[in-house]
Amino acid sequence: MNIHEYQAKEILRNFGVAVPDGHVCYNSNSARDWAKRLGEGPWVVKAQIHAGGRGKGGGVRLAKTPDEVKQIAREMLGMTLVTPQTGPGGKVVKRVMVEKGCDIANELYLSMLVDRATSKVTLMASAEGGVDIEEVAATTPEKLFFEPIEPVAGLAAFQARKIAFKLGLKGAQVKQAVTMFQGLYKAFVQSDCSLLEINPLVVTGAGDLLCLDAKFNFDDNALFRHRNIRDLRDYDEEDPHEIEASQYDLSYIALDGNIGCLVNGAGLAMATMDIIKHFGGDPANFLDVGGGATIERVTEAFKIILSDANVKGILVNIFGGIMKCDIIATGIIEAAKQIGVKVPLVVRLEGTNVEKGKQMLAESGLNIIAADGMSDAARKIVKAVAA
Amino acid sequence: MSILVDKNTKVITQGITGSTGLFHAQKAREYGTQMVGGVTPGKGGTEIDGFPVFDTVEEAVEKTGANASVIYVPPVGTADAIMEAVEAGLDLVCCITEGVPVLDMITVKSFMCGKKTRLVGPNCPGVITPEQCKIGIMPGYIHQPGPIGIVSRSGTLTYEAVWQLSTQGIGQSTCVGIGGDPVNGTDFVDCLRLFEEDPDTKAVIMIGEIGGAAEEEAAQFVKENMSKPVAAFIAGATAPKGKRMGHAGAIISGGQGGAEEKKAALRDCGISVADSPAEMAEALLKVWKP
Repeated sequence: MNIHEYQAKEILRNFGVAVPDGHVCYNSNSARDWAKRLGEGPWVVKAQIHAGGRGKGGGVRLAKTPDEVKQIAREMLGMTLVTPQTGPGGKVVKRVMVEKGCDIANELYLSMLVDRATSKVTLMASAEGGVDIEEVAATTPEKLFFEPIEPVAGLAAFQARKIAFKLGLKGAQVKQAVTMFQGLYKAFVQSDCSLLEINPLVVTGAGDLLCLDAKFNFDDNALFRHRNIRDLRDYDEEDPHEIEASQYDLSYIALDGNIGCLVNGAGLAMATMDIIKHFGGDPANFLDVGGGATIERVTEAFKIILSDANVKGILVNIFGGIMKCDIIATGIIEAAKQIGVKVPLVVRLEGTNVEKGKQMLAESGLNIIAADGMSDAARKIVKAVAA
Repeated sequence: MSILVDKNTKVITQGITGSTGLFHAQKAREYGTQMVGGVTPGKGGTEIDGFPVFDTVEEAVEKTGANASVIYVPPVGTADAIMEAVEAGLDLVCCITEGVPVLDMITVKSFMCGKKTRLVGPNCPGVITPEQCKIGIMPGYIHQPGPIGIVSRSGTLTYEAVWQLSTQGIGQSTCVGIGGDPVNGTDFVDCLRLFEEDPDTKAVIMIGEIGGAAEEEAAQFVKENMSKPVAAFIAGATAPKGKRMGHAGAIISGGQGGAEEKKAALRDCGISVADSPAEMAEALLKVWKP
């Protein structure tokens, strides 16, 4: 799960991490009022959407007077912001943050993430801040510094100091860095993050450290123990079909193609998308109905797939292990009857009671194209959609 | 011979009084696995469908002589269940539970340092040595004994590979589902090493996914340390970047861990890579003959 920048900064404030003063606003009058309440200008007006690269699309602008803040907020709210990360469709801005501007002497990069290789949370930093960090990693990996964190000890002061010195920080800044990095680690662990990124972390003209931007990714598996974080979820930022799917415990991701997929198991679901592409087709979605696919869930899955107007055909690929094929067949028949599937439907069933399942589908009177194996299924659906 | 489990493996089920735990304990027993009991705190001294239930893993081990456990405990208590099994000194712990918080797994891995237990999972189908021992949720009947080792990050895709082999009359030595989570117990390299040492395994199929660098590391290991042929498939070539595809591990970020990069790395190390998931058995037969 992702959150907005203003929410991220609120969390950081609670952990004693230095961030600029600012506030979220939903209309331009409130933006002007908050500018005044925050004190002396200049101010920065920042569009709040769940995508990076906002500056490049005009989503981060400087204002010198409260009236200018109002003017910019008015222009921003309701606009469709296109950034390198939003895709060509962009995202509509519904919230802005008004923040006190600061003078920047130096921009640094800092993040914490789960490192699979060491099975530890790792602190990653670079003196090359404010830029695309993947670019730094690809071209000048020696400018990235890593510090793996022991789960029992936490981020030790000496580790934070080590990174601070490598970043070129001096004197009182080093102490500030220790406090800040340890605060960030606490925020990471206590909120069950999978990624916490500060880019840029700035040194101000006065020589102080400040988190100018903040990005959190939370571990979805741990949200059950963080009600306060669940409450920050902004449904406007998510695909409505994905939200619906999540309510039925279906794992669904919308894609750009025209072949809907209904599969059990994440790996097989990905492989099904791959094989459709392999035979020249284009998957419309990733959908994992899970191991215990009931009639209700299969029906919902069909509904969600068909609500995508681009879908010209559906491929069902089920490897019934514990789940029996006749039960899956019942689900498919019920769902097809209930919703009236009008696009071509290719079904590949394998596993327990497969003969019975196939027979049921054949006798259902539904227009179902049966397939043997994944290749056959993919070929048939690609052909059906092209017809 | 086989790896990790065989006919002598004695298994207890942690979370045996839950519906999932009991169902799979029964299925494993029908398959012929020595399922010797279960653990549910507070229900010790009772019995469920012929399985004795104990309060602690320690007691279950003492009374049954179990050397392995399988975990069906819900995510909120999974880390605790794994650590209890490790502390009881079991050789093998298979954690089937899906949805374990990653920071819990980091704590577990730290706890396991210096202890003898091998953990498989979490979020995995388990381990099976055909006709000897089935620990986990895989359908037993699709397997048959034979010379091919399988190691995979995905559940149903493993069944797909097994099925492709079995329908051609090629059996499996042991199939290990290592799970799709970013932090887990046993990895590809651990399994490849065991398959290389196992005299009855003649070749290996490895099934990977996008995300992380585990497949690349495994490929390097194959190149440097394995005499047996290896075939592979990587799922997720069509996955969009930064999206989580059901498994938390299957996120591509920053251009690393993409399917094409992985496939190229594997080919560079002499592994036969299947272009499509329907060709896993064919990819194997290109480098190994029955």
